[in-house]
Amino acid sequence: MKMKPIATIAAVSLLSLVSTGWSASMIQNKGSDTLVNVAQALAEEYQKVKPEVAIAVTGGGSGTGIAALLNGTVDIANSSRQIEQKEVKLAEKNNIHPKELTIGFDALGVFVHKSNPLKEISLAQLARMYGDGGDVNNWKQLGVEVPGCKGQKIILISRQNNSGTYEYFREAVLHKKDFIMGTRDMHGSKDVVDLVGKTPCAIGYSGMAYADETTKMLAIKKEDSSAAVVPSMETAVDKTYPIARPLFMYTNGEPTGEIKAYLDWIMAKDGQCLVSKKGYAPAKPVPCK
Amino acid sequence: MSIPLEKASTLVAAGDVRNRDWYIDKLFHSFMFICGISAVIFVLGIFVFVFKEGSGFIIHQLDWAEFFLSPKWRPTSAIQASYGTLAMVAGTAAVTLISMAVALPFSFGAAIFIAEFARGKTREWLKVVIELLAAIPSVVWGFIGLMIMNPLIIDIFDVPIGLNVLNSGIILGLMAAPIITSIAEDAFKAVPDTYREAAEALGATKWQVIYKVVLPAAKNGLLSAALLGVGRAFGETMAVLMASGHALTIPGSVFDSIRALTATIAAELGETPVGSDHYQALFAIGIFLFSITFIINMTADLIVRGIKNQ
Repeated sequence: MKMKPIATIAAVSLLSLVSTGWSASMIQNKGSDTLVNVAQALAEEYQKVKPEVAIAVTGGGSGTGIAALLNGTVDIANSSRQIEQKEVKLAEKNNIHPKELTIGFDALGVFVHKSNPLKEISLAQLARMYGDGGDVNNWKQLGVEVPGCKGQKIILISRQNNSGTYEYFREAVLHKKDFIMGTRDMHGSKDVVDLVGKTPCAIGYSGMAYADETTKMLAIKKEDSSAAVVPSMETAVDKTYPIARPLFMYTNGEPTGEIKAYLDWIMAKDGQCLVSKKGYAPAKPVPCK
Repeated sequence: MSIPLEKASTLVAAGDVRNRDWYIDKLFHSFMFICGISAVIFVLGIFVFVFKEGSGFIIHQLDWAEFFLSPKWRPTSAIQASYGTLAMVAGTAAVTLISMAVALPFSFGAAIFIAEFARGKTREWLKVVIELLAAIPSVVWGFIGLMIMNPLIIDIFDVPIGLNVLNSGIILGLMAAPIITSIAEDAFKAVPDTYREAAEALGATKWQVIYKVVLPAAKNGLLSAALLGVGRAFGETMAVLMASGHALTIPGSVFDSIRALTATIAAELGETPVGSDHYQALFAIGIFLFSITFIINMTADLIVRGIKNQ
């Protein structure tokens, strides 16, 4: 299923290589693994709209994508984090001027086992669980008793320390402080949800798109006193959900020609509906069927 | 009939006809030679590469006390990056210990049975099955740890999470068992039959022969089998990554999650910017691992050589 588009794109790119001078143009798109599925879907759909434009999509991580943009080897870099100051400086040196475009939002869900009676949690409570020196390590401290959880000990599930999701959680919830020692660091968004689903004591964070029936997502309170907001497409779009991160596409300077046409299409109704179909929130509210 | 010396040598050379067979022979000769030394070249190449990538960090940045004595591995910290491996070393050691506690009784028992008791078909059949066990890919073992052992351990021992030292220790023990078994079996076979016959002639029972004669005679071989098993468990990556819980803690019991040195490299290297401090620190771990397994395998090898020279 996944091989076919890649094969098509490879074939198309080969074709365009062979027939130099032919009008087909090629857009190189690389970066974030969070975004790779949606970028792939966008590229495929765009093929149907404009068959003469080929878009090659590769993953590798946000850092890889931005590095490629700085080296001038890609036209569009996908990133689940904002470009860093030192990367901008490096870009200027190479005479490249990264231009940012927010194509959607990824709402970070806080997952617990489906038998966990807890319904909502505040960012401060999360920080006291996950932050260095945190003192919340028992479900009873949150006023719940989780059935099937021995000793009511909270099992913290996190991500490996160079993932974009890890970085975003650290920034948005821990305010850049370090994580507590002893979190189980999973290697993938789906692994986090899988493990939470099998462990009654567990809590974990992952993209909203990975929700399944073995887990449930908690409503999040920005302040201890504020109202809890359920993670959903709508609350991510209207920015009331406090932990939704923007997903970016970076180009070198103001996009022109085919690249501009492609990005415009992504930001229009068809592209945005595809973003929401892939489980992410669109950059602005759009009516999709 | 006196031919000058040089002429004689050309004559001999002429006798050594350079036809097609000669060239084929030469070709295969050099091909085999390349195959023979390739292992050496690869090992040296890996050695040079790993050291090249990690040496900059080791020379300029590495705080030795922190590297070996701090449990805090926070290479991407926004406040203060720290590169302590103590928790990982402790975790790896704990898992290796448990895995040997699982593997050694099983493998030595199996080796004794195959070498001393089993005959004919049973023996062949057992050997095939044990080799089959060695052929199971490590990711499959990891999968068993993650999907089967995790809920099982939670149920049986009534603990909050089943991804821990016990889980990965059992998995690694089962992975190391086939290697230990076959080397231990070789060690038993290397004990001359005359020893057994002499013991039996003195009226020893089968068990007494094994316990008093074969085991002491094979003890070096068994030690090297155990050491190779340790090396295998220490260097295993995928299965531990999946079954250990991958948590930075110094384990206090077998039910604590841990993180292995190897698993840290596997989990982090892929998304680390090439050449960064974090990247080089991972290579420093690689050098550390390389040295440990090198020492373990060397020791095992020296012990085996010790037997042969006896």
